[in-house]
Amino acid sequence: MLSATFLFYLFAGLAIGGAIGVVMAKSPVGSLLFMVTALAAMAGTFVLLEAHFLAAIQIIVYAGAIMVLFLFVIMLLNLGHDYEKDLKGGAFAVVSFGVIGGIAGLRAQQLGATGMQDGPGGAAIDALIAEHGAVGAIATELYTTYVVPFEITGILLLVAIVGALVLAKREV
Amino acid sequence: MITEALVLSAILFVIGTFGVLVRRNAIIMFLCIELQLNAVNLSFVAFSRMFGIEGQIFVFFVMTVAAAEAAVGLAIIISIFRHYETVNVDSFNLLKW
Repeated sequence: MLSATFLFYLFAGLAIGGAIGVVMAKSPVGSLLFMVTALAAMAGTFVLLEAHFLAAIQIIVYAGAIMVLFLFVIMLLNLGHDYEKDLKGGAFAVVSFGVIGGIAGLRAQQLGATGMQDGPGGAAIDALIAEHGAVGAIATELYTTYVVPFEITGILLLVAIVGALVLAKREV
Repeated sequence: MITEALVLSAILFVIGTFGVLVRRNAIIMFLCIELQLNAVNLSFVAFSRMFGIEGQIFVFFVMTVAAAEAAVGLAIIISIFRHYETVNVDSFNLLKW
């Protein structure tokens, strides 16, 4: 039996490694595969934070659909063997972003430490999941309080489909 | 667990920003923007452990908007590629001052 903390650090390491791979990989396809690793590891952290439904759609929508869309574009534009070195900035950029990352991490650590550790929200979510199940916990709120934004999301997706078709068509 | 998740989210966001600023391949810049969106999603999920289910609902909307944005953005990249035969953003300097 693996402890939750150990699993969290495992997934965190995979996510950070995948993210660094996205930035550093030479070929676009390599970048994309590192991105899939990072997204899957983040789905693992979602599970550990009791967001089971979001973990599932993270894998299906992000790692599945959106990444395949990226892969299709790389294939369509024939960029699969585009190995030219396009990294700008050298050691200075890496060091400065390391410092910024350290500051952001410390700030986030303070923010989490001063918050209510597993406060009312955690207990409320656990009760919702126990009552309605992992999907029902989100769905009851989504289809009652947030039903108008949810419907507008449908319009947004329709506009995105039409927009993508118009933009990518040969003769506009 | 919440604190660690927030720190992980901050680190991933900074790596994504670094990628956007440092890489010149439009598709990889776009991937790094997706990475930033995911880092913010992670902090929303972590905060939902403090403040309630609304955080997870917001992540749901962010994912939908990200899917729409990916479709439109990749269509724009395709139509730019038709004009310039490259996706290196240094070659698109028409609007540069």
